[in-house]
Amino acid sequence: MTPGADQRLEIAMGNMLRIGVTVAALVVLAGGILYLAQSGGPPPDYTHFHGAPAGSEHISGILAGVLKLDSKSLIESGILLLIATPIGRVLMGVVGFSLMKDRFYAAISAVVLAILLLSFVTKR
Amino acid sequence: MASALFRRGELDERPYLKKGNGLNTLVFSLEICVTSILAGFLGALTGLGGGVVIVPVLCLLFKIDLHYAIGASLVSVIATSSGAAAAYVRDGYSNIRIGMFLEVATTLGALLGAYLVAKVSTDWIGVVFGAVLLYSAWASLRNRTTAPSNFHPDSLAVRLNLRGSYPVNGGKEDYVAEHVPAGFGIMFIAGTLSGLLGIGSGAVKVLAMDQAMKLPFKVSTTTSNFMIGVTAAASAGVYLSRGYILPELAMPVMLGVLVGSLAGSRVLVHAQVKALRLVFSAVIVALGAEMIFSGLTGRF
Repeated sequence: MTPGADQRLEIAMGNMLRIGVTVAALVVLAGGILYLAQSGGPPPDYTHFHGAPAGSEHISGILAGVLKLDSKSLIESGILLLIATPIGRVLMGVVGFSLMKDRFYAAISAVVLAILLLSFVTKR
Repeated sequence: MASALFRRGELDERPYLKKGNGLNTLVFSLEICVTSILAGFLGALTGLGGGVVIVPVLCLLFKIDLHYAIGASLVSVIATSSGAAAAYVRDGYSNIRIGMFLEVATTLGALLGAYLVAKVSTDWIGVVFGAVLLYSAWASLRNRTTAPSNFHPDSLAVRLNLRGSYPVNGGKEDYVAEHVPAGFGIMFIAGTLSGLLGIGSGAVKVLAMDQAMKLPFKVSTTTSNFMIGVTAAASAGVYLSRGYILPELAMPVMLGVLVGSLAGSRVLVHAQVKALRLVFSAVIVALGAEMIFSGLTGRF
């Protein structure tokens, strides 16, 4: 529990966030360029909420789309990477505090991680 | 029965792809992107974050449905928070223990907020959004009290190790959190607002740490930034499964807000921005008033 270890964990978390956001933004940008290159007509109607499009809620569906170079699936995979970034940071907290033998904060981090994962298994 | 079948057919065909408003998709996306750059820039300069600006602009100016607006905003919030937090970490102001502890409250609140989006009418969400805008504008202009007193360190804070030190004039100054239950409670509210409105609700998070827990201002703002991404990620799962996040709409918003806020934080370091802040706060007050008016008159 030395301040040095704290600082190292913080810097490791910071680096992880930076890399995660950069990669996610590049993937979204690539998907976006592809989307705009393929688009010709008028933009979709966004003035009313239409519910969830089929397939977007399943990660396997998105991955299948990425393999087919579907532009929206590519953007969605970038968004998933982006969402995974702070989750990775919390996971890093669980590991980091455990290594520092700070059991209380390892447990706190694990609770936050559980809440985050809960949001992905909760259905509507 | 017939209408239920019709609805299901609509879902499969992604009907929002069909009707347009006469604009070209490329032009539309570029417009959204430029607007998002401005929103991110404004959000960074006022310290309010891009989400609080982009949602009303998407709703009021582009007539985009509130659900899609908050979905796109939430994605941009995760991007800017994580990007900025990475930059702040090296300065040694943010406190990962205090951040992680309070994230228990904000993530639980965010789950509740995301759940409430489908339960509360969009008009009321608009009214709440307007109120948060007005509060945020007021909070960003209020004078900051520096050097909060640490004469009554909370025994709970000591037991939970909610303490640290931060750099002051080349030296280090120690601090211990106060009023932990109050701070935890306000953080739960901040999380709920974040999940309900698709924003980072940084202003409310700073309120909890700065005003209630009496943490040094720099520690509050940087730790708050650290927490915003995790809080937003907690609602993201719910948003995704409900279809609030449209990839092709979130794309220009996320990239634009990210670029704008990075530029804004650069300017913030160099420029004298007091006058600029006043002007921007007036814009935010106007947006807030318009959101409340639109909500009360049932326009969402």
